[in-house]
Amino acid sequence: MTDFPILSLIIFLPAGGAGVLLLVRGDAAVRWTALVFAVADFLLTIPLLLAFDTTTYAMQFRETAAWVPALGISYSLGVDGISVLFVFLTALLGWICVVVSWRAIDSKVKEFMISLLVMQSLMLGVFCALDLFLFYVFWEAMLIPMYLIIGVWGGDNRVYAAFKFFLYTLAGSMLFLVGILVLYFQGGETFDILVLMEQTYPFEIQAWVFVAFLIAFAVKVPMVPLHTWLPDAHVQAPTAGSIVLAGVLLKMGAYGFLRFSLPMLPEASHAFAPFILVLSVVAIIYGGFLALAQDDLKKLVAYASVSHMGFVTLGLFTFNAKGVEGAVLQMFNHGITTGALFLFVGLIYERTHTRRIADYGGLMKVVPVYGVLLAVFTLSAMAVPGTNTFVGELLVLSGAFGANKAIGAVAVAGAVLSAAYLLRMFRQMALGPAVPIGGRQLWDVNAREMAAILPLVVFVFWVGFYPKPFLEIIRVSVEHLLVQTQVQGR
Amino acid sequence: MDMNAVIRSVIASGPEIIVIVGACVLLMVGLVAEKRYGRLLVGATLAVVIAAAAATFALAGAPRTAYGGMFVIDDFAIFFKLVLYLATGLTVLMSGRYLEEEAIARSEYYALLLFALSGMMIMVSGLDLLTIYVGLELQSLSLYVLTGFFRHDPRSNEAALKYIILGAVSSGIFLYGLSLAYGLTGTTQLTDMATALAHGRATDPALILATIFLVTGLIFKVGAVPFHMWVPDVYEGAPTTITAFLSVASKAAAFAIVLRIFLDALAPVTEIWTVLVAVIAVLTIALGSFVALVQTNIKRMLAYSSIAHAGFALLGLVAGGPDGVASVMLYLLIYTFMNLGIFGTVVMMRKGDVRGDMIADYTGFAKTHRGLALLMLIFLFSLAGIPPTAGFFAKFYVLVALINQGYVALAVIAVLLSAVAAFFYIRIVMLMYMREPTRSFDLALTPSLRLVLAIAGLGTVGIGILPSWFLDLAQGAILTVMR
Repeated sequence: MTDFPILSLIIFLPAGGAGVLLLVRGDAAVRWTALVFAVADFLLTIPLLLAFDTTTYAMQFRETAAWVPALGISYSLGVDGISVLFVFLTALLGWICVVVSWRAIDSKVKEFMISLLVMQSLMLGVFCALDLFLFYVFWEAMLIPMYLIIGVWGGDNRVYAAFKFFLYTLAGSMLFLVGILVLYFQGGETFDILVLMEQTYPFEIQAWVFVAFLIAFAVKVPMVPLHTWLPDAHVQAPTAGSIVLAGVLLKMGAYGFLRFSLPMLPEASHAFAPFILVLSVVAIIYGGFLALAQDDLKKLVAYASVSHMGFVTLGLFTFNAKGVEGAVLQMFNHGITTGALFLFVGLIYERTHTRRIADYGGLMKVVPVYGVLLAVFTLSAMAVPGTNTFVGELLVLSGAFGANKAIGAVAVAGAVLSAAYLLRMFRQMALGPAVPIGGRQLWDVNAREMAAILPLVVFVFWVGFYPKPFLEIIRVSVEHLLVQTQVQGR
Repeated sequence: MDMNAVIRSVIASGPEIIVIVGACVLLMVGLVAEKRYGRLLVGATLAVVIAAAAATFALAGAPRTAYGGMFVIDDFAIFFKLVLYLATGLTVLMSGRYLEEEAIARSEYYALLLFALSGMMIMVSGLDLLTIYVGLELQSLSLYVLTGFFRHDPRSNEAALKYIILGAVSSGIFLYGLSLAYGLTGTTQLTDMATALAHGRATDPALILATIFLVTGLIFKVGAVPFHMWVPDVYEGAPTTITAFLSVASKAAAFAIVLRIFLDALAPVTEIWTVLVAVIAVLTIALGSFVALVQTNIKRMLAYSSIAHAGFALLGLVAGGPDGVASVMLYLLIYTFMNLGIFGTVVMMRKGDVRGDMIADYTGFAKTHRGLALLMLIFLFSLAGIPPTAGFFAKFYVLVALINQGYVALAVIAVLLSAVAAFFYIRIVMLMYMREPTRSFDLALTPSLRLVLAIAGLGTVGIGILPSWFLDLAQGAILTVMR
């Protein structure tokens, strides 16, 4: 079994499904085929997790083949405790996106499913790549399907949002490419990530490369002030697009910090850490206030997402075990919880065609199941004890206090802020007297939607009450990462 | 010169002779069998190109010089000739139906195309400034006529006139630089010139002047700033198939002589031209990228796009070294595939009364033609340099060469400008995919045009995913002096 190329299979199965879809006719058949491939892909990640050895930080399930030997480029895959979690998350959200789009997408269904499956392949590739060139190809190629998903199936202002998304990300990742090439020549003409991690680079080089990487990753995360594409992209994207964006794409920025900036450029990371910590708390507070001011449901969740990702970057740059572990767990949690919140926005929008929070009221009475489930995820986003986000935020905050008390104190204030805007949203939408919304008859969550939601509920409580297995997966890899980030003489 | 040397020389220039004889035969056949035999003419032209390609393959191996060191057939020349055959072959394949739609189906078209090809072949094989000049003029004169091939269309006439006047001026400048270089070194042979220059002083004002004149003449042919003004007008006015041919074949040949002259003859004075070319390259990318943003005519937009791409390829020359040369060569090969692909989709729009050369003409195209729209999407993303397409690898390799030589700032400027350039490519994708069609599409698709699109698509995706073989090909074919 050890030679079985399971990672390649996981990565390319959705793309293969997209190829099969080219031949399938009829919208129903297209939906089912896409679902089969997405679910099969998800099922493949379960044995991956089960067979994953949590006692070593070494890359597992390695695959290597020469690709462009003349330039030291190889097709090299592998996962460690950090990436395996995101492979799982991506595959989970993959089929959920297909289910969510079942009725929401009614034009060009085939093209949509193809874009979604191709997107999934590329995202999985990003998390598995152990060659920087390969990583970059996956990373950059994602622009194409995502551009189409937002621009073709999005809302009224979709073209503007798609362009903004595309150009922001492209400009960022172009600098990333130059940074990669500088590392390539400094590190002995190889794109092998593991080899590049072991080199030490002069501080000046590190600083420049760090800045180039920072811009690319800060656009993706997104960090204030490079976050302005996100609300547009989220508001205009179809539900599945928002889930992919929030659930997986945003993680890639943070993953970039974890995989490249911290281990390859440790001195520069330490030097820039105060700057990043400040930007993180600014994102937490500023994003929170922006969320508080929104009357568009999707915008609120989008700004909440900016705020929550602030906790992730905060944790990463504390350089202590609690902070970084918390950040990695929080990345996973954010995928589950924010993904779910976008899903809920999508569900209710399908029924009412309005995203104005003020239009809603008393959903608890009209659609009780929806109301209860919304409550679960609202509480999860607020980091109430017993939910997944609580564990992650607690770890991040205790890490932050370990690094800098003032920063930690401000971040706690941000956590309070999130309670304010989320409770405001929930009160307006779910509580109070039932409001007729555009004279439409609402129906409660149906079985198909339930199938998409339940796994997410499971993870909210599983991580909330028993985070041990998740922390075990990431612990050894994070410890190794911290060793790599240790700077001589500190 | 003894008889054996003559025979060896003739053999070495066999491919050129095949093409020129083929062109003459086509011209005569055309006199007898007029217009009706469009398909026959396409077939005959293709046969000539294939025969020349076969002859070129037969000559592969150790480099041979001929005609007293004025002409060479080496791996470098063979690589470029293959690009030229590819470009010519695909152009011929997309021409048949287009010429009928435009009512200009004449045998002279194919004959002139072959004359232009032979000129380019002589350029890439020229080892002497005079040979190069003769080849340059042969291709230019043929292309002037082809540009003005719509005899009754003022735009085409205007384009031809602009092309010929500016072309003549640039040839004059080039000749002037050539004569100065001859005066300084006593030779026009590239390798001898390099030897002579190596002993001279790099600060000699006459030498600097000669270099500047040669650079100016060559920059014009490449279509770089500040001598790019002819490009948009010529691209817009010329028949679309000729625009396609100009944008890839003429550009490849021009780059071949640029590489040969700069890295062979002018190698000893590298410091004089490197800064000059670096500045030109950056300005060229910037101008091409920004001006393309506001174009409404797709041929004009592609003209500015080709200016920007020329600038990017010039960066490979700035980097120099084996990687620099190989990166320019690979860039041109990849550019041939993707640009002929996109021009193929412009050609197919031309049918009946529909001109089909406005960007807006593609609005909603994806709704009715999924496959073709997907193919266009691939070409456009490749031109924008997004992986996993070949266009990305082309740019990537240029950046590798640049950063290897320490030109990190140049690389940063270049990538930021190519992010700007991405905008106008994806704008077409937006029009195709995100807008509703405003008209019904009636396409002039023929089996041969489908073949062109298929080959171009295959090249664009194939080199993108498996670049290794093509990279080795380019690296193995760099100039002998660079090894």
